[in-house]
Amino acid sequence: MKRIITLTVNGEPVEGAVEPNRTLLSFLREDLGLTGAKHGCGLGDCGACTVILDGKPVNSCLVLAVQADGREVLTIEGLADNGKLHPIQEAFIETGAIQCGFCSPGMILSAKALLDESPKPTETEIRTAISGNLCRCTGYQKIVEAILAAAGTAQGKEVS
Amino acid sequence: MNSFSYTRADDVATALREVAADGAAKFIAGGTNLIDLMKENVERPSRLIDITRLTLGGIRPRSDGGLRLGALATNTDVAYHKEIERRYPLLSKAILAGASPQLRNMATVGGNLLQRTRCCYFYDTATPCNKRTPGVGCSAIAGFNRAHAILGTSAACIASHPSDMCVALAALEAVVRVTGSVGERVVPFAAFHRLPGDTPNIDTNLQADEIITGVDLPARGFAEHHAYLKIRDRASYAFALVSVAAALEMDGNTITEARLALGGVAHKPWRDPQTETMLHGQSATRENFKRVAEALLRDAKGFGRNRFKIELAKLAIVRALSQASFKEAHS
Repeated sequence: MKRIITLTVNGEPVEGAVEPNRTLLSFLREDLGLTGAKHGCGLGDCGACTVILDGKPVNSCLVLAVQADGREVLTIEGLADNGKLHPIQEAFIETGAIQCGFCSPGMILSAKALLDESPKPTETEIRTAISGNLCRCTGYQKIVEAILAAAGTAQGKEVS
Repeated sequence: MNSFSYTRADDVATALREVAADGAAKFIAGGTNLIDLMKENVERPSRLIDITRLTLGGIRPRSDGGLRLGALATNTDVAYHKEIERRYPLLSKAILAGASPQLRNMATVGGNLLQRTRCCYFYDTATPCNKRTPGVGCSAIAGFNRAHAILGTSAACIASHPSDMCVALAALEAVVRVTGSVGERVVPFAAFHRLPGDTPNIDTNLQADEIITGVDLPARGFAEHHAYLKIRDRASYAFALVSVAAALEMDGNTITEARLALGGVAHKPWRDPQTETMLHGQSATRENFKRVAEALLRDAKGFGRNRFKIELAKLAIVRALSQASFKEAHS
């Protein structure tokens, strides 16, 4: 039986009717048309489905939509401000941290959650924060540099 | 996922009443393991009772000098809690050795205790598994068992317990607090999880009408001398082949107390307190560590592909004890 849920998505109140076995990822993508969060492994491994739930990055493929009732969700679509990209998004473009783009929404949201808590993170903290997001293109170095750049800290170093 | 009904419990009494009313109902909190298993059709609950709004979170000091971890405290809450980092760094390091930030943000203390094995046959509903369907046989004993148990196995099951956090909790001698229809009780950590025996389908001694409310950490946290060593096939995205939580009390170079818990080698976090006493009064030398490692693995039994774990576990024990014996642990 469907249940009515009300939640805040990207600052806007949203209401939906969902079967209990729908995931938050499926609700966002299919009911709200917010396709920024990607369906990757579906098992909580790859991080492509990462959204920020009540301030914390989570795998939306492992969250039931009914469990998000009354809570606040931020997806990649909510990051730009009146068409102006978020500084982390800009840094990803500038640094060449985006290639195929499949991991980018989740990666950027993991970075956002980190910078919200720790505005000047170390490289180690950055690597820990994105350790739940798999990228098959970049080798991660450009992503780390982008997050360092967005934080206004020193450029990352190449790792041998 | 199968279809199921969903209710949200606002208090523990309601949660217990709901779960007692339906034998195929389950509690859901972080859901990081349960949803995964439901997607694979391994778990097919008729009803999910959402307990995330119960007031079972938080980390609080106890009058005996220890700490109480609420059952709904997340792995992130625990791993980065200032008092845990300062007084129980072994626990913090064990938690951070597993999963990912996203999973740790959802996964709870209670759920970590109840997570199920990652045995590939348990997950594969096309193959026989005594843990999934009692009596049908174990595919792992003669199968792909690289990740499987070498201690405490039975003819029915050689699955290993996947948790890192529980290995540290076993070494710290934490106590599990549960409440149920007959009231509250406390379960020493060593008595919480079960060996497979003839009933590998039953992972723990938690009863069907009980709920975990918290985990108590004793006052002693072994902050000065500890190590958590996790050996796995990759540096991330892999469960432990062998992990070791080592905790020592030392007087100079003499060990006055030793705790060793092993992960990835048994159906539960593995402790052998009698063997640990071999180290009491001994100096922290490689030879003494090797002796205790040999003794701890004396009854180990491999099943082909996982035979290497016996030697690996011994080496990991020696390394973890060596790290723990330094004042600043390097785990």
